Amino acid sequence: MAISPEEHPQKAFGWAARDSSGILSPFRFSRRENADDDVTIKVLYCGVCHSDLHFAKNDWGFTNYPVVPGHEIVGVVTKTGNNVDKFKVGDRVGVGVIVGSCMKCETCQQDLENYCPRTIFTYNSHYHDQTKTYGGYSDIIVVHHRYVLRFPDNLAPDAGAPLLCAGITVYSPMKYYGMTEPGKHLGVAGLGGLGHIAVKIGKAFGLKVTVISSSPAKEDEATRRLGADSFLLLSDPAKLKGAMGTMDYIIDTVSAVHALAPLIGLLKLNGKLVTVGLPNKPLELPIFPLVLGRKLVGGSDIGGVKETQEMLDFCAKHNITSDIELIHMDYINTAMERLAKSDVRYRFVIDVASSLTQ
Amino acid sequence: MVESPEQQHPKKAFGWAARDSSGVLSPFKFSRRETGKNDVRFKVLYCGICHTDLHMIKNEWGNSTYPLLPGHEIVGVVTEVGTKVEKFKVGDHVGVGYMAGSCQSCDSCSTNAANYCPKMIATSGDQYHDGTPTYGGYSDIMVANEHFVVRIPDSLPLDGAAPLLCAGVTTYSPLRYFGLDKPGMHVGVVGVGGLGHVALKFAKAMGLKVTMISTSPKKKEEAIENLGADSFLVSHDEGQMQGAVGTMDGIIDTVSAVHPLLPLVGLLKSNGKLVLLGVPDKPLELPVFPLLMGRKIIAGSVIGGMKETQEMIDFAAKHNITANIEVISIDYVNTAMKRLVKADVKYRLTFCIRNVQGKVSFWTFFVIPTTPPLLHIIGLEGFWVLFLY
Repeated sequence: MAISPEEHPQKAFGWAARDSSGILSPFRFSRRENADDDVTIKVLYCGVCHSDLHFAKNDWGFTNYPVVPGHEIVGVVTKTGNNVDKFKVGDRVGVGVIVGSCMKCETCQQDLENYCPRTIFTYNSHYHDQTKTYGGYSDIIVVHHRYVLRFPDNLAPDAGAPLLCAGITVYSPMKYYGMTEPGKHLGVAGLGGLGHIAVKIGKAFGLKVTVISSSPAKEDEATRRLGADSFLLLSDPAKLKGAMGTMDYIIDTVSAVHALAPLIGLLKLNGKLVTVGLPNKPLELPIFPLVLGRKLVGGSDIGGVKETQEMLDFCAKHNITSDIELIHMDYINTAMERLAKSDVRYRFVIDVASSLTQ
Repeated sequence: MVESPEQQHPKKAFGWAARDSSGVLSPFKFSRRETGKNDVRFKVLYCGICHTDLHMIKNEWGNSTYPLLPGHEIVGVVTEVGTKVEKFKVGDHVGVGYMAGSCQSCDSCSTNAANYCPKMIATSGDQYHDGTPTYGGYSDIMVANEHFVVRIPDSLPLDGAAPLLCAGVTTYSPLRYFGLDKPGMHVGVVGVGGLGHVALKFAKAMGLKVTMISTSPKKKEEAIENLGADSFLVSHDEGQMQGAVGTMDGIIDTVSAVHPLLPLVGLLKSNGKLVLLGVPDKPLELPVFPLLMGRKIIAGSVIGGMKETQEMIDFAAKHNITANIEVISIDYVNTAMKRLVKADVKYRLTFCIRNVQGKVSFWTFFVIPTTPPLLHIIGLEGFWVLFLY
């Protein structure tokens, strides 16, 4: 027998997709009682990640409808459990992609909950009590304190919301793969939600940053508005040739199927190409240039809670937030259509507190 | 006017070379340069046959120039050293691998990674600084710049040491560079052939647990009983592969044919590394999801720098590591190459004596199979040694 969304004691309200049309509409559901380890949060803002769109439309084939997306949440604490020391009522906090994990395995012990085989995601997962998790396109959320982030006071809560996913998704591999040596050359492939934050974080690390794109229109944006040092148009063979073997690392944020050969060619000896986008088909990997240049292709998936906090503090120090378009909840379906066409500079953020009304 | 190979240099030399892309090797008179002030001259005693030799003599990569005299797993005894040479003396056992020269000034050269120098000069089939062709080790003497020569410790048998100059460093280098050398780690080795069995020996000597991964179930007993592998997986056996999911810190993949990467990526633990040594002639499919979900890496590696080649030889001497070899005769080499191509090679071949230039000499050939069709034919003892006396 299916468990009703209204199984928990606290009433909640949000917007959910009911089927693979991906169309979102008002949805009444419930949140669990605030237990000893929990924090209840009133949602102020929630970023619209491209993953939300994929899940809403069941692009990856494992959406469990109804789905309330949203994992770039910034809000205010309204209640804390007895075991909670780190937060108090009124604190500004964030919740990202993870709300639970096994807490016992090697990866959890290393603060890498994102690689735990039993990660519980903020939405479209099942919690320890087997009930469904619902995300941040909603008025309140109850989260175990371990997975709640302290949101820095000097960061704008609306423009800072996308850091909870987009931010950590590019920050984590930049740290892990050692892409932080000042003066080194970072390529950022794709200038969207992930890409534009990678540019800002890259500059904050003291790197030279080149935006790599197939869209000539983005050059001005990349260099004048975002502060990238240069722009490389993939479809310009002369420029591409001139840039071969010049980059120490590349963060590839492109989630469509695309050619890796030119990107691998752009890397210097021992160069690293890290992919954070999720195309829905395998990519072609040319081996010769990999072998002859001792290059590598690596993957990375969000980040652990500890490093998410580190990322937020880093962004607060360097005044890094996302470039956003603030929208009302009832604009979400139009926003999703525009997102599918990459028609956003560079993240929609829902003003949940002001616009989510029953 | 183009000088003949015999006239290019002052010192006569003799070897076997391919004249065209038929790849047929035959006796070849040529010449070597005088021993320059930084050079080491040595009599070649053994030379390995690497699969790359086969690719080159048949122009499979489209960049061969003829006549092409292969051989880059060369060991011998020093007969003369240049006036500025301090590291070597007459009588030393030495070896030369894939490299004969490099620019000596780029970032790669100055970080002991001349194998990645864009101007690296190969021991055979290339062009030296003076514009003359480089001729490899299927010959009686070699002259090489001392920077590209390694000392072979007396304790290491020369015949079994020869393949280490290529197969050895090719597998040793990535184990070290990618940190797959900590005792207790679990490493997989794909391909139970020339590269694969040397990788296994190095990995065991480093204190690793090693699983051999192969398409051929017949190799299991040899791998475990004779070579000391801890376990063995048949790569197309889904049950076996599934049982090993997420168990390996790294995988050294020696297979050069096109093959699926997805099952190998699945064998890796989180943060695991899959290092490719073989170069298939087409791109492979990169499964992105599992790479992301486990923060895993796929990388490539080719041979190694001179410092690490010496380090590898010294490590091999310390741990008594040589390649498993067989001996054949030089006049069998064309048949051997044809059988290599058709994967129709029996690994036990007879040793014979042949007259060369009026002296009694005997030649043994050395073969490293690196492609899957060869693996089950040549077996684990798939090395033929070319012995030049």
